[in-house]
Amino acid sequence: MDFTKLNDLQKDALKEIGNIGAGNAATALSTMLNKKINMSVPNVFILPFAQVVEIMGGAENLVAGGYLQVTSKAPLSILFVLPEDSIRIFLNILLGKSLEEGQFELDEMSISALKEVTNILAGSYLTALNSFTKLEFTPTVPALALDMAGAILGNVLQLYGEVSDYALVIESVFSEEEKEVKGHFFLLPEPGSLEILLGKLGVGNNG
Amino acid sequence: MDEIKVGMADLATAKPPQVLVTTGLGSCVGVCLLDPLVKVGGLAHIMLPDSTQARDVQNKAKYADTAIKILIDEMVNLGAIKRRMVAKIAGGAQMFNFSGNNSIMKIGERNVEAVITNLNIWGIPILAQDTGGNYGRTIYFYPENGQLYIRTIKYGEKIV
Repeated sequence: MDFTKLNDLQKDALKEIGNIGAGNAATALSTMLNKKINMSVPNVFILPFAQVVEIMGGAENLVAGGYLQVTSKAPLSILFVLPEDSIRIFLNILLGKSLEEGQFELDEMSISALKEVTNILAGSYLTALNSFTKLEFTPTVPALALDMAGAILGNVLQLYGEVSDYALVIESVFSEEEKEVKGHFFLLPEPGSLEILLGKLGVGNNG
Repeated sequence: MDEIKVGMADLATAKPPQVLVTTGLGSCVGVCLLDPLVKVGGLAHIMLPDSTQARDVQNKAKYADTAIKILIDEMVNLGAIKRRMVAKIAGGAQMFNFSGNNSIMKIGERNVEAVITNLNIWGIPILAQDTGGNYGRTIYFYPENGQLYIRTIKYGEKIV
């Protein structure tokens, strides 16, 4: 099966997990930063990979991508993408520092911070997913890239498998007081994994 | 300028004044072929090295071996001759730096090797190569003069 064949019930189940994960992540981020971070999931949707690049503002657009792989009975990959504007605001919220326009390298501290956020988000979503499915998920340490959206997404698509050309996108909005950042969290199940996940969620195609 | 966009795992042919463009090449490889006499050009945006390793080949433009063969055939249909063809290639970066030495992560490197091997099989000389590194590339290929213009975010632009 592919993602385009998901029905409303299945999408709702995945969105609910997204919401619970966002709640967990907001708590973790607030604790880490010792300030109130809110997080919400306004949207969960399924996209062909070609269009994923478009919602990032085009293949040449500068983005930061945190990537990790997850081993379990339903193996998957996770990619967290922040567009250029959001990277600035995000690093400001996280570290109180700013990335200047036209600056294409991040210092060690910024890289670590973005990796840690990817880690926290992935952990939060996976914990939510695990509480429903009882599949044990073991994520790898995240890797981070700052470059053209197309280059990063293309690389991930190559790494995560050769069959499915669709991605599950969990839109994630972070806010601290008046600062707001939108990022995209991509869940990329390996072939066969989505069937296992939906089956465990009780919304599989075979009951 | 008449631009023909080539998406990921896609290919296209062109004649002047058309220009072949592919944006955001990461570990993918852009293979540009040209018959300079009749000015028939082609560009393939290759994602993976080998179709024989795939479980289910739906898109032949995705793989180095099958994409190069199709590109040659389509150019021949436009009047190109294989023994006159020359190649320029770009891409094959490694966008993520993982700890450890996992060969699966070196997909860019393997793509470049596969492209070179296949071009050698067809006897097509490689006139220019801008591959590797850890950054994305956008490329414009001009069948008019065989120039390949390469643009990056971090390292400026060049023509090869």
